Amino acid sequence: MSLNTALLSVAGHPVENGRCLSRGVISVALVIAMALAASTWAFADQRGDEIAREADRRDAGWNDMIAELEMVLRNRQGEESTRALRSRLLEVDADGDKLMIIFDRPRDVRGTAFLTYTHRSGPDDQWLFLPALKRVKRISSNNKSGPFMGSEFAYEDLASQEIEKYTYEYRRDEILDGRPTFVVERVPVDSSSGYTKHVAWYDQEEYRLAKIEFYDRKDELLKTLIYRSYQQYLEQYWRPDEMYMENHQTGKSTVLRWSEYEFQTGLTARDFDQNSLRRVR
Amino acid sequence: MVTIVLTVVAWGLCENPAHGQQITGQVSMEGRLFTQDALRDNLYPANVSIAIEPEFYQELNDGRQSLTVVPFFRWDEHDSERTHWDVRELDWEYFARDWELRAGVRKVFWGVTESNHLVDVINQTDLVEDLDTEAKLGQPMVNLAIIQPWGTLDLYALIGFRQRRFFGADGRPGIPFPFNSDGAKIDGGKFGWAMRWAHTAGPMDIGVSQFHGTARDPRFFIGDQPIVIADFIRSPFPSIDTQDPVIVPGYEVIDQLGVDAQLTMNGWLLKFEGINRWGQGSRFAAMTGGLEYTLGNLRSSGLDLGLLVEYSYDDRGIEALTPLEDDVFLGGRLAFNDVQTTEVLAGTVLDRTSKASFLLVEASRRLGERSTLDVRIRSFVGVPPDDVFLYGIRNDDYLQASWTLYF
Repeated sequence: MSLNTALLSVAGHPVENGRCLSRGVISVALVIAMALAASTWAFADQRGDEIAREADRRDAGWNDMIAELEMVLRNRQGEESTRALRSRLLEVDADGDKLMIIFDRPRDVRGTAFLTYTHRSGPDDQWLFLPALKRVKRISSNNKSGPFMGSEFAYEDLASQEIEKYTYEYRRDEILDGRPTFVVERVPVDSSSGYTKHVAWYDQEEYRLAKIEFYDRKDELLKTLIYRSYQQYLEQYWRPDEMYMENHQTGKSTVLRWSEYEFQTGLTARDFDQNSLRRVR
Repeated sequence: MVTIVLTVVAWGLCENPAHGQQITGQVSMEGRLFTQDALRDNLYPANVSIAIEPEFYQELNDGRQSLTVVPFFRWDEHDSERTHWDVRELDWEYFARDWELRAGVRKVFWGVTESNHLVDVINQTDLVEDLDTEAKLGQPMVNLAIIQPWGTLDLYALIGFRQRRFFGADGRPGIPFPFNSDGAKIDGGKFGWAMRWAHTAGPMDIGVSQFHGTARDPRFFIGDQPIVIADFIRSPFPSIDTQDPVIVPGYEVIDQLGVDAQLTMNGWLLKFEGINRWGQGSRFAAMTGGLEYTLGNLRSSGLDLGLLVEYSYDDRGIEALTPLEDDVFLGGRLAFNDVQTTEVLAGTVLDRTSKASFLLVEASRRLGERSTLDVRIRSFVGVPPDDVFLYGIRNDDYLQASWTLYF
């Protein structure tokens, strides 16, 4: 019931005497209060959406990107294990990014590569290249909640974060590490996600993600991801040098270090087809 | 061995930026334990083998070309046929926007199914490596790939033919009947050709292929007559010396039409491979179809369980050159997704006609940062005399452990 309709129906009653008037005033006040509450709720919902869209808008137009990654896995006893990978990304018009990941270390998986075509709606298309057999195998993209290379990052944490993959709800403003941020709750649209929700902190000045808390299927806090050392590229795009993921339930953590970022090197869809997947080194 | 050393030295002397050059490879040590006495006399209960496979990769000047060299060598303690070397790859590649050109010795894999590879016809099988026929010998070729919105069309000119490497008379598991591969008949000239169209449309990946040339699977002949292998399997296994008619492998010219398709939907993979072959006796067809489903991140434990069922059928029945003529494969794979990438695989092939079954269990794990340990069990269960392929090797169940170091 819109505010206008509410006011009209109250106004339609003839004003009889003082008692009717006070009842009328209470009714109007009640309706106005309800309407305001309803629109605040809608406002918060829209606000969350707006923040996500603004963050996405500020990061659009980089076209293609390559980077090197190093992952250091650490268990509760402090023992470490290292992974090295390379990634290539391509922005696609009106759809999700294309992503290729090539494994360099550990050496027994060297040369294995993943190719993903992310889609805004529906499942992603995914292929795996197995170098020993020279085989390209198409796999299901359903299994996204499992650990990536034994780390604390799940496949869905590293996948291209299209805005259509979540619904958003603005929660509040907060000062985080001396910076004003927006706190937005994100709920994954895909039921095969391992999370009931994320709580995400976007800094207000540049709309960069500063921190994400992940809540598991029992709605308990599972992991926290912290983004560190943002650098700006091409005078527009912010990329973190480091991402630190801590699992509060197991005490394990993973540090993901990005380096050698290069943008607009001229990659095209052709660099993300199965023929290119077979050629990776 | 000298060739390998010289190649390594020559490579190292080339001045090239480190980024475009990679020298890698692996060395593996394998031990096998046979749990039953062999059907033939005096065959060994245990065996050791070592293999080495270095890989040299070089990106050439403009980054559009590459050169890959992969030599391979295996030494086997008991089986002299299993001690062998091969050039797995000696491959030059050039890629452009709409096409790619590749020339040299290469390996090409076609197919989507797991238990049986019907359409994969280009490379010869290096059967001494393992019974699962996945190891291949390098094939010299020139390959042009035409890349268009309607798919990729690969054209192959195949140069030269390689005979299948069979286990030696002293090998375990061995070949269940005596034959002489030195006297092999090879039809067709030095050349063959093949083509394949492959395309992805949404959830469907499809490929259609055609091959013309000398078949990689031999039939067996006495003189000009192809034999039915079942007639020659006897128990007790006769010794080679008393064999009277000489059986030789024969590689005939064939035409093969193949189709492979996979549908990927909602976590299910539906797979199919089918072939029609002319030239090896009368025309025959064979197919394999199956399903794969993965239960990912079971109860948020991080474990994945993959389930697989496939059925294979071959028109030729008892005359088929493969044990998979009317067989069901059931398999499961448990991936722990832990730091050491521990995985366990178990599968069984059940022959619907002969009721024989073959059991396979494999477990693997990374040790440290640079090596892996692989343990395998292969077992033949309840093999009756009319199961041609398995009857002669039914006592060759084995346990294998291999340790591979990557550099």
